[in-house]
Amino acid sequence: MLDTARRVATPEGIEITLRVAGPVPRALGYLLDLVIRIAIMIAIAISVAVLGRFGLAVFLLSAFLLEWLYPVIFEVLGGGATPGKRAIGLIVLNDDGTPIRWPASLTRNLLRALDFLPFMYFIGYCSMVANRDFKRLGDLAANTLVVYREQKPTTARIPESEPVAPLVPLSLSEQRTLLDFAERSGRITPDRAAELAEIVSPLASGQNGTTAVDQIVGIANHLVGRR
Amino acid sequence: MKQAAFEARYLEEIERFEKWLDLGKRKWRVPNTEDSSALQTGDVPAAYRHLCQLMALARDRQYSPDLVDRLNHLVLRGHHVLYGPAGGQRAKLFAFLAGGFPAVVRSERKLVLTAAILFFGPLLLLLTAVQFYPDFVLHFVSPAQLAQYEEMYDAENVRLGQRNSDDNIMMLAFYIWHNVKIGIQTFATGLAFGLGSIFYLVFNGTIIGAIAGYLTSAGHGEPFWSFVSGHSAMELTAIVLSGAAGLKLGSALIAPGNRTRKSALVEAAKPAIRIMYGAALMFLIAAFIEGFWSPLKIFTSQIKYSVGFILWTLVLAYFYFGGRRRGA
Repeated sequence: MLDTARRVATPEGIEITLRVAGPVPRALGYLLDLVIRIAIMIAIAISVAVLGRFGLAVFLLSAFLLEWLYPVIFEVLGGGATPGKRAIGLIVLNDDGTPIRWPASLTRNLLRALDFLPFMYFIGYCSMVANRDFKRLGDLAANTLVVYREQKPTTARIPESEPVAPLVPLSLSEQRTLLDFAERSGRITPDRAAELAEIVSPLASGQNGTTAVDQIVGIANHLVGRR
Repeated sequence: MKQAAFEARYLEEIERFEKWLDLGKRKWRVPNTEDSSALQTGDVPAAYRHLCQLMALARDRQYSPDLVDRLNHLVLRGHHVLYGPAGGQRAKLFAFLAGGFPAVVRSERKLVLTAAILFFGPLLLLLTAVQFYPDFVLHFVSPAQLAQYEEMYDAENVRLGQRNSDDNIMMLAFYIWHNVKIGIQTFATGLAFGLGSIFYLVFNGTIIGAIAGYLTSAGHGEPFWSFVSGHSAMELTAIVLSGAAGLKLGSALIAPGNRTRKSALVEAAKPAIRIMYGAALMFLIAAFIEGFWSPLKIFTSQIKYSVGFILWTLVLAYFYFGGRRRGA
């Protein structure tokens, strides 16, 4: 398949699917984090301004902590994502799909010092586009992946209707296509559903429009074994 | 088995697992007494394994994509919970400081020695050279900077190593920010086949040596050495260790052995990051010493030199003897 899905084998002997995120969503996540960090810095600067030198010390220390530990703390304690990544719907995981811990998170975030050279994460970007998993150098060393957070799947079920036996035997992938269509038929416009159903009009015994849709949904009902 | 029969048989179980996941971390710890049909935490591993089996079946039998996606989603969530971080981090930190850190440093002793030579070599060279040719320092440090350093180590200052306008807490924050940044740079750029680490080690060694040599030859020797003696053990060792950690990354790329470069790098990153934990902690301690002890003038130079000597001995002894019993 020509997409960004990565199959990861688990100890239970099955494969789970992860969708790796490319440079653009990751850059957006980074920019959001940058805005958040700058906002926090401004807030701290304003609130400690009256404290003079001590305030400057607080400011310097928090600048340091925000620069190096902000991503680490959120990635380890905040469910694998900084606020920016969370907003974009990204999450950092180990290569085997498990949540990352302190060593991996620190490795990938300390190596930012190399990834952002010579300007604006140029090295990191080159590494990402040269790599099938969009890893920057920090990800390569820490063995981590930035993937899309799994959306809670829709639980649309195939609409119940009178099962109709297909007129011709169907291969497994054809069956799956029909099931997919039947599940999505409620989520797309009726016109589009009819249009799609008409493509397989031989299956729908040459019918058109909504009757063709009903026919396909009927076949799907038959395929899942409803009686 | 057709999909409808599969759902009729297993959907309840799938939903039970989903409900348990939705409870969240805090409620997993207590047994669920309100709902007798609910999944108990002790039964989760078995339930999870069965769920994995159901997903494999659903995928293999080409059930509808929504059902397979739903199972995939649940398995992924279960995977994150079951293979997530375990507790006991604090005990690990103590064990790391008590033995793990010196042990890992010793196991990389070749790289640590290389880094030490790359850093202390230029430092001692410049320190000596500037004694004989004081003008040599101008190749590395501009006159304006030199004037600043002379002001810092003026014997008349209220505190050593700081201008009278500076302040302890502010300098502490500055030292942490500045020194850890140098450490991280030295470490991270080592990934470029070690070149970055070599550069930063030699560069920092050269500058420090040049300035130390200049201040000594210009008659600021006593304030300078009594200022730096206290924190030098922690700080210079931490720089060397950061460099060694960076060289570890670089050497994995240069000589990966019988592995791919990528897997060699992943393997090398583990000890490297452990060394960096320790180095970061040492930078932190050094910054406190540098901020509060080193500038004090109420003690004589002899006391400060002795403290510096004791700290150097302790640091070296820590790395030589620490964690031996754990079989390093």
